[in-house]
Amino acid sequence: MAVLEVKNIRKSFDGEEVLKGIDFSMEKGEVLAIIGSSGSGKTTLLRCLNFLVSPDQGQLFVNDECIFDAKDVHKLNEKEIREKRLHFGLVFQSFNLFPQYNVLRNVTLAEELQIKDAHKAKKISKEEMKEALAKVTAHGSGLLSQVGLLEKKSAYPCELSGGQQQRVAIARALALNPDILCFDEPTSALDPALTGEVLRVIRGLKSSERTMIVVTHEMEFARRVADKVMFMADGVIEEMGEPEQIFTSPKSEKLKAFLRNAAEGL
Amino acid sequence: MSFIDVTMQLLDGFKVTMLIFFVVLLGALPLGLVITFGSMSKIKPLRWLTRTFVWIIRGTPLMLQIILVFYGPGLIFGAKALPRMTAVLVAFIINYAAYFSEIYRGGIESIPAGQYEAGQVLGMTKRQIFFKVVLFQVIKRIMPAMGNEVITLVKDTSLARVISVVELVKAAQDIVGLRGIIWPIFYIGAFYLLVSGALTLLFNWLEKKMDYYKG
Ligand SMILES: Nc1ncnc2c1ncn2[C@@H]1O[C@H](COP(=O)(O)OP(=O)(O)O)[C@@H](O)[C@H]1O
Ligand SMILES: [Mg+2]
Repeated sequence: MAVLEVKNIRKSFDGEEVLKGIDFSMEKGEVLAIIGSSGSGKTTLLRCLNFLVSPDQGQLFVNDECIFDAKDVHKLNEKEIREKRLHFGLVFQSFNLFPQYNVLRNVTLAEELQIKDAHKAKKISKEEMKEALAKVTAHGSGLLSQVGLLEKKSAYPCELSGGQQQRVAIARALALNPDILCFDEPTSALDPALTGEVLRVIRGLKSSERTMIVVTHEMEFARRVADKVMFMADGVIEEMGEPEQIFTSPKSEKLKAFLRNAAEGL
Repeated sequence: MSFIDVTMQLLDGFKVTMLIFFVVLLGALPLGLVITFGSMSKIKPLRWLTRTFVWIIRGTPLMLQIILVFYGPGLIFGAKALPRMTAVLVAFIINYAAYFSEIYRGGIESIPAGQYEAGQVLGMTKRQIFFKVVLFQVIKRIMPAMGNEVITLVKDTSLARVISVVELVKAAQDIVGLRGIIWPIFYIGAFYLLVSGALTLLFNWLEKKMDYYKG
């Protein structure tokens, strides 16, 4: 059973088609790396999955449940979107941590708000809420030690290096336990010296339970960590396959040119 | 006239000045937020209307607005005039709310879209994003501008005299004219300095409090 199925996703901005029919599926526990030159639509695709952008056409299925269908007459309301987007997590290129909260609270805030909401909606009693809230801190601390930053839990984002901030952002995205965790060029805003620690953390997350999509320019990472690599060009999936196949025997001319440029560090 | 006599005579003016100051703050701070929501609304006519209103309020003298609120209803609609003090408060609150609303809007618009998006992908509601993520950052950013505006308000209260509300300056001027002594003017001058000095300290302290993070 596919954990994610993306069917014929199309999106235009101002008459310009940015995604021209994207189709693919993922199995649980798979890591998909998306590569491609800038402007090819990688970010837009991740934003569609996270409901930050609404596709003009196409469908999304998670665990065989249709969570989005552009043909639906019934437009999703804010509450439905919120529930559905929680199937996904997103780690941004620019971290987007909440600067006024310390590291631990950055990680726990969303979960805490969810629990309080559940209580307000009378889904859980006051005692259950208190119990759940008490566990949130431990959960957050656990996630922070997973990304190696437990000792920084009381620091503020501005006191951390870029690599540390991105690791906090990863812990924050994990807190709500998404089915599919997306990364949009997680190391592109970092000094080269700091990319390693972030990529190591991402690799460490790989497990049979966790499905991940990583948009990246780090070819070595894509090759060594990903189960599948997707090469996007001009809004289409130009080529997709196992890393070995993509990197050692690329078929499309565009991919060959892209890999040549990447090798030359362009 | 002795210091005590002058002080006793100024007391009512002092009360009026402080009353205007606090009531206007209390009314204009929240009303400003309402105006901000109007001027940032997705509904075009509402946004346009609100921004025009703010432009008019900020583009004309407060003194003129006080006169209009006091005499306008009677002369235009034949309605009963508002009590003088009420007219002053209404005009001030609207005027300061318009200024505050622009400061709020500038602050809100300065928050990067990534902050909203980070909240969204974590399943937060619009309310939660505004109150838990954005609001504090906005408050921190607008604090210096708000400090200026609040200190200006202390001094602007003297405009109330234009419809014969006896605030501190008017009260002092009456003594000067009647008794032929100038020092009450220095006396109230010192008072204004003291209040704006205290407010400056207060805002500096608040800014420091919020300076525990950068950005
Ligand atoms: N919100 C938007 N409005 C208009 N154009 C957009 C918007 N988002 C992306 N685009 C355009 O879509 C194209 C693909 O962008 P993007 O998905 O960011 O590509 P990538 O992440 O692969 O660099 C670009 O030409 C970009 O200018
Ligand atoms: Mg991008």
